[in-house]
Amino acid sequence: MMNRRTFLRGSLAASALGLVVSAGLLTPRLLLADETRAAAFEAKSLDEALKAMAATPEESAEISIEAPDTAANGASVRVTAVSKLPSTSEISFIVENNPLPLAATFVLGEGVEPTSSVVLKFGKTSNVIVLVKAGDKIYSAKKTVNVTTGGCA
Amino acid sequence: MSSIKMKAKAEGDKVEVKALITHPMETGLRKDKTTGELVPAHYIQEVVVTSGDKILVTAYWGASVSKNPFMGFTYKGVVGDKLKITWKDNKAATDSAEADVV
Repeated sequence: MMNRRTFLRGSLAASALGLVVSAGLLTPRLLLADETRAAAFEAKSLDEALKAMAATPEESAEISIEAPDTAANGASVRVTAVSKLPSTSEISFIVENNPLPLAATFVLGEGVEPTSSVVLKFGKTSNVIVLVKAGDKIYSAKKTVNVTTGGCA
Repeated sequence: MSSIKMKAKAEGDKVEVKALITHPMETGLRKDKTTGELVPAHYIQEVVVTSGDKILVTAYWGASVSKNPFMGFTYKGVVGDKLKITWKDNKAATDSAEADVV
């Protein structure tokens, strides 16, 4: 039997998905493959986000974060996370002081290096926290980015 | 015109993929300066990059990703791999683009 995830992945062809949506079979909210993830992205604080992700991360020196110490423009801050933890399968980015802190989760397929880059918004000076899922555990690292002009996050 | 620019360049047995998407990424918390009304949330929630029928990366995004978002990653691949990227936003809009690894 085809489960919903397989179905969603398989029907990525825009037209097929569009048809399903217009037929009212799926609301846009349900398009997000995993409801738990959706809740985490709506969390309004770091603690809420971690709770929604069921994460109690352990700090790890095996995660490095490349981000500017000072960003003149908070609307566009490039952050790269590199994990040296074996079996890294997911990398998430959280901007602690943003109203909606969880920014992104990258689920890495087979053969993908444990490194992700993304450009984030910073409403004001904040820690960026990187969570790495490796095996069954979640690890974290953080770095402070001083923001001169906030990027209406 | 596609909303996506994707480039994939091989170096040895590794391929660096970079994608830039044109999208407002509205948080839903910003006020329109002229009307004073909140601009409704409008952001990409999911991006999937595949090579052939293999999923390389599935990215779930929230409103803290910048306007006109960028993402990058590296995978084990070769010149000629056929990559496809697809995004979907919270208004159920979607777009996709393809690129061959060079």
